Amino acid sequence: MNDTTPVLSIRGLTLALPEGADRDNAVEDVSYNVARGEIMCVVGESGSGKSMAANAVMGLLPKGVRPTAGEVIFNGQDLLTLDEKQHRQLRGLRIGMIFQEPMTALNPLMRVGAQIAEVFEAHGRYHARERQGRALALLEEVGIPQPERAIRAYPFQLSGGQRQRVMIAMALALEPELLIADEPTTALDVTTQAQILELIRNLQRRHGMAVMFITHDFGVVAEIATRVCVMRHGRIVELGTVGEVLDNPQHAYTRALLDAIPSNVVPQARDAERQAPLLEVKHLRKVFRSRGGLFKPAREVRALDDISFTLAPGETVGIVGESGSGKSTLGRCVVRLEHPDSGSILLSGTDYSSLKGNALRRERHRVQMIFQDPYASLNPRHRVGYAIAQGPMANGMPRAQAMRRAEELLELVGLGAVAVDRFPHEFSGGQRQRIGIARALALNPELIVADEAVSALDVSIQAQVLELLDELKHKLSLSLLFITHDLRVAAQICDTIIVMQQGRIVEQGTAPEVFLTPHEAYTRQLLDAIPGRAHEPAIA
Amino acid sequence: MSFFARFAQNRGALVGLFILIAIIGMALLAPLLYPESPWRMVQRPFLAPMEVEGFWLGTDTMGRDVAAGLMHGAWVSLLIGLVSTTVALLIGVPLGAVAGYYGGLVDDGLMRFTEFFQTIPNFALAIVLVAIMQPSVVSIVLAIAIVSWPPVARLVRAEFMSLRHREYVEAARLVGQTHGTIILRQILPNTLSPIIVLASLMVATAILLESALSFLGLGDPNVMSWGYMIGAARTVIRQAWWLSFFPGVAILLTVLALNLVGEGLDDALNPKLARERS
Repeated sequence: MNDTTPVLSIRGLTLALPEGADRDNAVEDVSYNVARGEIMCVVGESGSGKSMAANAVMGLLPKGVRPTAGEVIFNGQDLLTLDEKQHRQLRGLRIGMIFQEPMTALNPLMRVGAQIAEVFEAHGRYHARERQGRALALLEEVGIPQPERAIRAYPFQLSGGQRQRVMIAMALALEPELLIADEPTTALDVTTQAQILELIRNLQRRHGMAVMFITHDFGVVAEIATRVCVMRHGRIVELGTVGEVLDNPQHAYTRALLDAIPSNVVPQARDAERQAPLLEVKHLRKVFRSRGGLFKPAREVRALDDISFTLAPGETVGIVGESGSGKSTLGRCVVRLEHPDSGSILLSGTDYSSLKGNALRRERHRVQMIFQDPYASLNPRHRVGYAIAQGPMANGMPRAQAMRRAEELLELVGLGAVAVDRFPHEFSGGQRQRIGIARALALNPELIVADEAVSALDVSIQAQVLELLDELKHKLSLSLLFITHDLRVAAQICDTIIVMQQGRIVEQGTAPEVFLTPHEAYTRQLLDAIPGRAHEPAIA
Repeated sequence: MSFFARFAQNRGALVGLFILIAIIGMALLAPLLYPESPWRMVQRPFLAPMEVEGFWLGTDTMGRDVAAGLMHGAWVSLLIGLVSTTVALLIGVPLGAVAGYYGGLVDDGLMRFTEFFQTIPNFALAIVLVAIMQPSVVSIVLAIAIVSWPPVARLVRAEFMSLRHREYVEAARLVGQTHGTIILRQILPNTLSPIIVLASLMVATAILLESALSFLGLGDPNVMSWGYMIGAARTVIRQAWWLSFFPGVAILLTVLALNLVGEGLDDALNPKLARERS
């Protein structure tokens, strides 16, 4: 079925960035074809320009970015020469699109069925009466459970995966020849991601579309691609079939990217000498209640349901689960940003969960946290040194001494003492996360909770930060509670793994146990859903 | 980069600052250039601008020098604008900060109190307050402050509510900072930009409010203000346009200058935006 005439052909495309950007061109001299019946994966880290070519194809280039050379041929027509009206004709009708965040791409106040019908309406297809029926058929095709109900639902009533299915249904509504998918699974859980990838692959086969799939995740590439285009700094680094690129990468950068993927090799058993536990969590419960609204009945969510586990000094315990599993709530209860309904948290044998007010404030230095979002976790108005020194100062250390400590810590996390006088926005995401780690270390805590500490980072940066954490763990014999949705990451750093689902602990054991001999169906499901698992030998 | 260099990057802000300095200069030079009271009748009435040397802006219905009134009025308008805004900020910011940070019952209580002031039309309340307290600069400043703090409290509360759950605020709680430190050092600096922009608008509104009060005859009878000048000239606007035109332009320029400066301050105080622009 591989018809080799390209549906889309990009030749020598150069897109200039506005003056004053960090480089001259968003993409430079980029050429590739996307043929009927193939899935072309464009891979790269953030800032590589991987989405830019797709934006040019759709005529959705950001302000200030303009093509300076090359052409984008779609069915014999140069898309760069089209005006906005002609582009609009093409979009939806012949080129379908799916984006990363389906919630923002859907109109929150419009029923799903009406939104799909709107696509037909925009292109004057079918009679008004027929459109609902078509919408229903599409929802069935993309495998939404209970399509008759989904068609009358509002976007917020659907889960992330269902919303992405709706987006796919809309993209497919007019049977486009080319589907552009820009990171369509990045915001989804692993199991949902696996389902959506499967769906895209099936639909692509059934309709014989050409698919341009943009992603940062080589696991996803291995799962779905026929051909791969690796991009870096706006240039193509490597282009070839999925087999060529993944099994026999020619370029050093591709190899580095592949190496940086948290390896899925089963972790080594680490010496787990049992000491008196540092952290003991006993029968922790937490229920969130949402007040009922006009359209919603009052809801109770059991975020934590009878959670018990222990963490030994120097041990790293990984809490793994999908969104809504309660893993973050658990972390927030342990650091006392959230107060559990019942149960207790013992820290070195003393009760940490019943402290209140000033007593709690004085004890807070014992448990620190590394936050998820390196952009939101640093106060934009504070210099980095001060941000780190705040902790010691709040605990009574004189300012000068605290600033010296901040310098030492910045040195320790590999940023250098000169960083103290700079503002957070002058650092990249990975560097900010290092600052976050330095801040967590500043108080010499007994326990550090890392909540999705590397999830927001590019793979290569992720690998560096994980390495740093691992190094610090050994150097300072840290105890870590590592919360993540990514089993690949958990495998790299954790001694013990706890799998959570809907507020309960599903499985818990040493990392090799959980990876090699998972007892529970849910754990196996999670392991199977890891993208690129089938391609393991090549990736590892 | 220094604070002023960042401020100066915004051309409009420089223009605004220049106008503002000129107006302040006018206010300071008034007693030197026009040592006599602006209320004194010095020429025949309804003298058009440029008609007689020494009276460049003409004279009013009673033969008072418009230029003298304008310069003396600058002092009153600026004083009332700045002081009443400061007082309003002193009431609104702490109230909003506490309500937004603690939420719950504290928030409910403080916001009901704020709404109490908001339900009464601003201008009506100001008139009543001035009427009760007798028109004087102090009573006018107080009245303006009392009617203009609720929006400040609302704004600060909203900012605090959205910022108090930011990760950096949680990080500050985790390292054991006190509520006071978190409010003052973590959250308040991040609410400064909207507060400053609002404050510059409030100075402008205060000047307008004072003008409106004077227009209605509720100004301090001992001081010449721009609002009084416009108010007194309203009946003769078709015969003597310059009587309301010059004070009107003065108010317009002052308000514009304050807005421009407010925007420049916002840029200069926000290190991120400033760097992006450079």
